[in-house]
Amino acid sequence: MKILLIGESRDNKVLETTYELTGFAGAAAAESSLFFVGSPHDLPAVSGRLYLADVAACGEYNPDLHRDLIVRTVAEENPDAVVFLHSSYGWDLAPRVAAALKVAQISEVVGLVEGGFEVGCCNGKMRRTVKPATARVVLTIQSGAFPVNKEGGSPQVVALAPPVASGRVIFAGYEAAEARAIDLGRAEVIVSAGRGVGKKDNIPLIAALAKALGGELGASRPVVDAGWIEHSHQVGTTGQSVAPKLYVACGISGAIQHLAGMKKSDFIVAINKDKDAPIGEIADVLIVADVLQFVPALTAKL
Amino acid sequence: MKILVCIKQVPDLESRFKANSAGVWFDETDLAWRMNEYDEYAVEQAVKLREQLGEGSELVVLSIGPDRVVEAMKKALAMGCDRGVHVQDSAAAVKDPAQIAATVVAYARDQHFDVIFTGMQSQDRGSAQVGVLVAAGLDIACATTLVGFSYSDGTITAKRELEGGLKGIVKLKTPALVTCQLGLNVPRYPTLPNIMKAKKKDIAALPIESLLSTPPLAATVSFHPPAKKGGGIVLEGEVGILVDQLLGILKEKTAVLR
Ligand SMILES: Cc1cc2nc3c(=O)[nH]c(=O)nc-3n(C[C@H](O)[C@H](O)[C@H](O)COP(=O)(O)OP(=O)(O)OC[C@H]3O[C@@H](n4cnc5c(N)ncnc54)[C@H](O)[C@@H]3O)c2cc1C
Ligand SMILES: Nc1ncnc2c1ncn2[C@@H]1O[C@H](COP(=O)(O)O)[C@@H](O)[C@H]1O
Repeated sequence: MKILLIGESRDNKVLETTYELTGFAGAAAAESSLFFVGSPHDLPAVSGRLYLADVAACGEYNPDLHRDLIVRTVAEENPDAVVFLHSSYGWDLAPRVAAALKVAQISEVVGLVEGGFEVGCCNGKMRRTVKPATARVVLTIQSGAFPVNKEGGSPQVVALAPPVASGRVIFAGYEAAEARAIDLGRAEVIVSAGRGVGKKDNIPLIAALAKALGGELGASRPVVDAGWIEHSHQVGTTGQSVAPKLYVACGISGAIQHLAGMKKSDFIVAINKDKDAPIGEIADVLIVADVLQFVPALTAKL
Repeated sequence: MKILVCIKQVPDLESRFKANSAGVWFDETDLAWRMNEYDEYAVEQAVKLREQLGEGSELVVLSIGPDRVVEAMKKALAMGCDRGVHVQDSAAAVKDPAQIAATVVAYARDQHFDVIFTGMQSQDRGSAQVGVLVAAGLDIACATTLVGFSYSDGTITAKRELEGGLKGIVKLKTPALVTCQLGLNVPRYPTLPNIMKAKKKDIAALPIESLLSTPPLAATVSFHPPAKKGGGIVLEGEVGILVDQLLGILKEKTAVLR
């Protein structure tokens, strides 16, 4: 199999996640080349052909233009698969490329199986095996599903001339993440509240457990979106990444974007009334119970 | 101005899922259904835009699926959509994203919608493709993962959510399609008077065959639970006993209790 990987950069630096793509190429035992819009002064450490478009001319976010460059590269390379990360860059661009190439896209690939791809579904609770009906396929891979592979080769650079046409979506700059009122990265214990906590009035029960364990209060995204807890407490891809000695997930299902922010914790306890909740996949202990009964009972014994 | 919002009805994700007899999707017996969470944000934003534009604008809600999806459409109508289009398809669950998108494109092509809203992804399928594919099919501008939206004078200013809480600001000229992320707004609860009013709103029914003629580009061949990685302990039973069991484990395995 021959594949074209779509690397990512931000602020003129290669994003580390690019090496999950090379990890995927390794797992698929595929011959790979890489397409990359970035700075000529910071190239991904890969061997093989590197199709480079200068970010100074092409922009970090200009999806129509990036699509056209990828379509051109595909014509040149003739790959069996074009592989993106399932990231804010990848899920935005991949369907545009799939549509332009008139081929199937398979999203959030977590594994490879004979003749097809394993993907998550039902909020991570279940899996599907999907087979493309087109000869070529566009894939996005789930972050963390494939090992990082930083073999550190030096690429053979093929410079892509920036096209003249500009895209229809005009990038107007970044807005920095909100300043963090608290740094969860240093906490030894984090007790996080999820939607299963039910309502804002119940948050003090979770906060009391955090306090009794000498830790900090964390939260899943819906709890933050609903205004029950401030954003600076959010754990996950769009919040903070944490690795405490003990992480207690209260009424959190274990969506991939939450797991990405806490799976490196030393010891994980989950309290969930659903025995099949995906958090069970990574929890050292899954307590099948109503969080509103269990948490106060635990706090009382500390 | 014409606005379209696409919604999907999905099962309650706290349900237990088991494969259907074909083994390629879940068995629908005993499942409760609701509007895809991401689509609630899409509907809310569409209704807000409709309110901003006032008289002379129209907001259509579209859903593809079996008859049960009309329930989700009624909620969207009660939230403020003007009328509904139900594309009747009892086999929608096995259509691939390219087919769902092709169906929306076939419906929308001659209608000249100025703004189209979709969710960023469906919770059950989670492909995050349909919205972008619709925009590609209609050849209109598109931005994904919106946590901010404003419209003025034919231009949308959108805030895209990136990793780690960073946001990217983009501008799009209409016609355009945007896909909505969690937290974009606060979806309203339909009030009783609006639920009553919604009952009188029109829902047109179109058979899928009238819109879709293309085959799938990919096929699901199996639906199954993830392979158990094992390792973890699962504890069930009476709360008092569970508390003591957990305290025992924490004392033994971690250094946080002393
Ligand atoms: C691009 C993107 C970025 C995202 N970033 C993040 C992020 O940074 N952080 C994040 O957390 N999410 C993020 N999300 C959202 C994520 O996909 C999930 O929607 C979210 O994590 C779900 O939160 P939850 O587990 O609290 O809620 P749910 O998924 O609704 O789960 C609630 C859980 O509580 C259990 N429960 C219910 N009642 C009780 C009870 N009484 N007792 C015990 N258990 C109970 C249920 O069984 C269920 O498992 C992101 C999504 C996207 C698309
Ligand atoms: N059957 C459907 N009917 C109407 N809209 C849909 C349907 N399936 C998906 N969509 C829309 O496309 C978005 C993305 O879905 P998906 O590509 O399946 O993740 C959803 O949030 C909906 O807005």
